[in-house]
Amino acid sequence: MDFLNAIVAFSNYVLVPGAAYGAQLALGALGVTLIYGILRFSNFAHGDTMAFGTAMTILFTSGLLSMGITFGPLPTALLALPFGIAATCLLVLFTDKLVYKFYRKQKAAPVILVIVSMGVMFIMNGVVRFVIGVRDIRFTDGERFIISARTFKEMTGLKEGLAIKTTQGITVVVAIFVVVVLFWFLNKTRTGKSMRAFSDNEDLALLSGINPEKVVMVTWMIVAALATTAGVLYGLDKSFKAFTYFQLLLPIFASAIVGGLGNPLGAIAGGFVIAFSEVTITYAFKKVLVYLLPESLEPTGLVQLLSTDYKFAVSFSILIIVLLFKPTGLFKGKSV
Amino acid sequence: MKNLLMATTAITMMSGAALAEDVKIGVILGFTGPLESITPAMGAGAELAMAEVSESGALLDGSTVTSVRADSTCIDAGAATTAAERLVTADKVNAIMGADCSGVTGAILANVALANGVVMISPSATSPGLSTAEDNGLFFRTAPSDARQGVIITNILQDRGVNEVALTYTNNDYGKGLADAFQASFEAAGGTVTISAAHEDGKADYSAEVGALASAGGEVLVVAGYVDQGGSGVIRAALDTGAFDTFYVPDGMVGEKLNENFGAEMNGSYGAYPGTDNAGSGLFVELAAAAGFDGTGAFAPESYDAAALIMLAMQAAGSSASADFKDHVMDVANAPGEQIMPGELAKGLEILAAGGAIDYVGASAVELIGPGESAGNYQEIEFADGVYSTIGYR
Repeated sequence: MDFLNAIVAFSNYVLVPGAAYGAQLALGALGVTLIYGILRFSNFAHGDTMAFGTAMTILFTSGLLSMGITFGPLPTALLALPFGIAATCLLVLFTDKLVYKFYRKQKAAPVILVIVSMGVMFIMNGVVRFVIGVRDIRFTDGERFIISARTFKEMTGLKEGLAIKTTQGITVVVAIFVVVVLFWFLNKTRTGKSMRAFSDNEDLALLSGINPEKVVMVTWMIVAALATTAGVLYGLDKSFKAFTYFQLLLPIFASAIVGGLGNPLGAIAGGFVIAFSEVTITYAFKKVLVYLLPESLEPTGLVQLLSTDYKFAVSFSILIIVLLFKPTGLFKGKSV
Repeated sequence: MKNLLMATTAITMMSGAALAEDVKIGVILGFTGPLESITPAMGAGAELAMAEVSESGALLDGSTVTSVRADSTCIDAGAATTAAERLVTADKVNAIMGADCSGVTGAILANVALANGVVMISPSATSPGLSTAEDNGLFFRTAPSDARQGVIITNILQDRGVNEVALTYTNNDYGKGLADAFQASFEAAGGTVTISAAHEDGKADYSAEVGALASAGGEVLVVAGYVDQGGSGVIRAALDTGAFDTFYVPDGMVGEKLNENFGAEMNGSYGAYPGTDNAGSGLFVELAAAAGFDGTGAFAPESYDAAALIMLAMQAAGSSASADFKDHVMDVANAPGEQIMPGELAKGLEILAAGGAIDYVGASAVELIGPGESAGNYQEIEFADGVYSTIGYR
């Protein structure tokens, strides 16, 4: 019984939130890694692209709600998601035409593009705040829990509760779905294959008649879809605030680099590595250990490796360790 | 604005009086910055007292009182110091009503008030650190120190038989000060604080923080944060994971927003925030309504009282110079003497002129203790049926 309690407590505070957070990071990191692989620069504006996509989705959601359309027990935002993606597509394609195309024509060095993307980041950040404001917005509706802590306790008679929020369930399911579609697209379709060819060797790809403008356009559209989905899932699970997506940039980049920049599989693995390290290293294990250990060995302290204030330091440290010992990441990506 | 006009008209009417002087009081509050939503009512409260005194003509042989406003910004100590410096050197104010936030209040006290020997009465700075700051007897506050709130929280928890709590606070002067004060008081009373963990405001996700709090355990979670900020985020995450059912909410957490955000989920939780049920607060609300502002706003009564205390002390000393009247602030605020309510400032001034003693009660039941700070009155609240209501006063 104590063993079960320990497992439930661990799942409630580490496993479930970690899995949802990992899925959100993985989707974000996939976008970053695609840009890096195909357009060959680190896109710092990615966090704010997520914020923009989420803001648009929120606006469409309230539009749907005002028309009386809901999605039953699921959040209405999922219905609005395609519209949000379409709006974000338009924005990134517009940005590409206006800004990045110029530098691509000049064959600018990647570092210049990175700085350019920072400029884009600040502009997008401003646009989002201007459009939707800086306050905290909760746009989740429908059923809040798949199983709530109280119901779980009543069902099992255990002392510990396990809560799984609807948004956490949706996050994981949607993330798996998106990843499957993305891999099918990259591996099986003609456009996907031409994207991979472009990524592997630009000159050979051009020689074999691949249209670079089309590859760039499709990449941006996929990135917009990934960014909006990741942003909306994160916003549904937590809450939307214009600033928080900017803060997400660090763990997202850490995930992409840890997994291996340019490698989609790596981005997913990296997302979960970063998420679980952040959650487990800052978790206080006292509760779990009290259940597991005999009374004489029970800890008196919190058994917490790092205070939660240092959450972001964890992504930093992992980033540095990986860059020092395995610059190409866990999965073979491009070295930074 | 209306009060300003009233004050100005009063001045023009009085300008003929012979011995009268024009007393200037600086009103330095965060008219811009994080408190900008409550400072207009605070400023209006202080100016209401000044207009009342000017009209009565009872202060120092018919002197008038003018308010000079300045912006403390609440967070920028440099800007606040410059603004206060300007009040003292250029506008030549006799005293300062302010500042509002603890950080800038400390800065103005140390850099301007002490250097120039100007009396300063803050209506809202609650940091315990200000109790021990060097002030040469120049600094007072009509707001209680958070050390006092720490004792109140301890009493409320122990009256309910709670002996083990987890504590989280917003990572700034207010949160840290209150958390430390509470922990010291609670542990001295025999209670256990299982964990005292900071949370940052403005984040989307507090599940990691709540994980640590839940692991440490405790019967109640004390959330010393802001209702519009991380405090609500922590409560949300704690409720979602089933980590805690019962919460204690201090002053920064009590607001309509709690009912809106959580409703029935908060049932059984409780807390306390500054407030009193004395007759003065009701009188003040009426006076404020007549003057066109909201007298129930946070710290508006305290602002009225701060300004009133300055003028009453001047009358008791028979001088508008800070060096003369600083020793009389405590006398007029406390017993013995005739009790003075809001709207009765003229009566108080007359008693003082005749050599009598007064005990200023005012809008917030002022009782200055220790180094010249309010003893503090709190109202205890409890959540039932999805809304909170006052269940008693302490």
